[in-house]
Amino acid sequence: MMETYLGLLNLLDSTLRLAIPLLCACLAGLYSERSGVVDIGLEGKMLAAAFAAAAGAIAFNSAMMGLLLGVIVSVLLALVHGYACITQRGNQIVTGIAINMLAAGLTALLGNAWYREGGRTPQLDGAARFGDLTLPFAEAARNIPVIGTFYAEVISGHPLPVYLALLAVPLTFFLLYRTRWGLRLRAVGENPAAVDTAGVSVARLRYSAVIVCGILCGLGGTYIAAAQAAIFLPNMTAGKGFMALAALIFAKWRPVAALGACLLFGLLEAMAIRLEGVPLPVIGQVPVQAIQALPYLLTVILLAGFVGRAIPPKASGIPYVKER
Amino acid sequence: MNLKSALSALTLSLLATSAFAQSKPAVTFDVGGKFDKSFNEAAYHGAEAFKKKTGIAYREFEIQNDAQREQALTRFARDGNDPIIVIGFSNGSALKKVAAEFPKTRFTIIDDVIDLPNVQSIVFKEHEGSYLVGLLAAKASKSGKVGFVGGMDIPLIRKFACGYVQGVKAGNASAEIFQNMTGTTGAAFNDPVKGGELAKAQIGRGADVVYHAAGGTGAGVLRATADAGKLGIGVDSNQNHLHPGKILTSMLKRVDVAVEKALTDANGTAWKAGVTVLGLAEGGVGWADDEHNKALVTADMRAAVDKATADIKSGAVKVHDYMSDQKCPVQ
Repeated sequence: MMETYLGLLNLLDSTLRLAIPLLCACLAGLYSERSGVVDIGLEGKMLAAAFAAAAGAIAFNSAMMGLLLGVIVSVLLALVHGYACITQRGNQIVTGIAINMLAAGLTALLGNAWYREGGRTPQLDGAARFGDLTLPFAEAARNIPVIGTFYAEVISGHPLPVYLALLAVPLTFFLLYRTRWGLRLRAVGENPAAVDTAGVSVARLRYSAVIVCGILCGLGGTYIAAAQAAIFLPNMTAGKGFMALAALIFAKWRPVAALGACLLFGLLEAMAIRLEGVPLPVIGQVPVQAIQALPYLLTVILLAGFVGRAIPPKASGIPYVKER
Repeated sequence: MNLKSALSALTLSLLATSAFAQSKPAVTFDVGGKFDKSFNEAAYHGAEAFKKKTGIAYREFEIQNDAQREQALTRFARDGNDPIIVIGFSNGSALKKVAAEFPKTRFTIIDDVIDLPNVQSIVFKEHEGSYLVGLLAAKASKSGKVGFVGGMDIPLIRKFACGYVQGVKAGNASAEIFQNMTGTTGAAFNDPVKGGELAKAQIGRGADVVYHAAGGTGAGVLRATADAGKLGIGVDSNQNHLHPGKILTSMLKRVDVAVEKALTDANGTAWKAGVTVLGLAEGGVGWADDEHNKALVTADMRAAVDKATADIKSGAVKVHDYMSDQKCPVQ
């Protein structure tokens, strides 16, 4: 019984690790899309941030500097996206794709030029990497059955970006639903003309949203490179930015549901890793690909309208033109 | 004389001089890149050693996706490169086509067998080297549970796994072995996050020594074992230095020696088409023993592995080759 429970904790621990990059990107997309700017450049921003974080952490031998640089680079890319989509009223999808391509090419190129290791960085060690934090009372709690072990094994013992990402969920909820800025942000994604009539700048609101989006992507990218893998490899985000978009739709653009969706996707990935080659009772051996495809399948089912309805912010994807 | 004809005359004279040059070698590295700290890097070191000794530069290409395999080989052959060293089994089908198209160009492929008159195929007895590190793993394990993380699920990687399992069982007949493959595409050799998760899952089930045969993915495996205070085993290149004192040993596959020899032979007259198999007896595989893992290998382990080495060389111990019948006698 204890054995099974520990196995379960192990699975949940892995779930959390795998869900964090998704959660960062998903919340980032939430701010952007709630303000009316569709962002499929999440992937590119995370990748660029991952590279900047790894390079910064190596250069200054400090993980915090890595985080700072990761966030700065990601925000800069977000501003490029913002300038093209908000100020110039360009096509948001095209700009997003451009950012993805730019990040994929530039990181590999710079990586190769600086480190001469085929686009990868050296491994991050010691102070250059985010170490695992032990939360207070984790060791004492270990002796308390069930809840204590859960706290010690799953909740405690992760690097700093994990906790920052988790804190971003209640913070997002508060900002979105309990502040004036949040109310206006939601309004600008639904009906920008009304916000404009009220005398609030649509462009400024949307810019603030894409900057927050950049910060969160920076956090996600930094986590991947400077904590999870402790190295940067070309294309290491491996489609997480797109999966986060799926999670965002799945969560219907709501922060707490986003956490749930990302944890669910993380759980499926963790299960796929553990179930490989292990026969299940009754069903027998399940091909891993079937489990890996589940997040996408679930999203398609949701979009098709089988499980509730996912309605995006009304004005998302449409550049705001003040007067016609 | 106008510019155009001047240029063509220049090109002609360049072509003529290159015909007199000794050899114009080229190397294609496989997915993962020449700095994967593993298989491709070993090949890179071999090519560099050749360049240092002879001063002959070589052209190179790092494959990023499957579509490039044939293009890269055709390009090299068309440009008159010879010999062309092809790293990695995944290039097998592309090479078969290109080698038939350019019968005068000499090709050497590592890790696959192509039966053509202008192709030299070099394969290794990875199962013998894996047997030795498996034996060491069994002796070093305190829990009696060890792990294996493979890259792409193909017979070649199963061959590593099968040799390893046999070695582990020889060291401790009751040992439990967890085996995982990272994926079913070439990308499985370049996914350290998943490699780390697989290793963590195995450690969670009690494994305290984990061997990887997964190229770049292995970086994540070795990182996870080092973080957890367990032991990792490297592959292809000597990876002991990546986490000193936390890597038990590395299964050496002397791709560097093979590449350097092929280049040197082709530069002279010793190059021959056909199949070369490099095993323990030929020095083609082995285990890494250096200052980084000195403290981890006890006298008892050393004696056991030395005896196994002698037995395999003399034929007293036969390590089953998975690729001979696509089966492994022990699990």
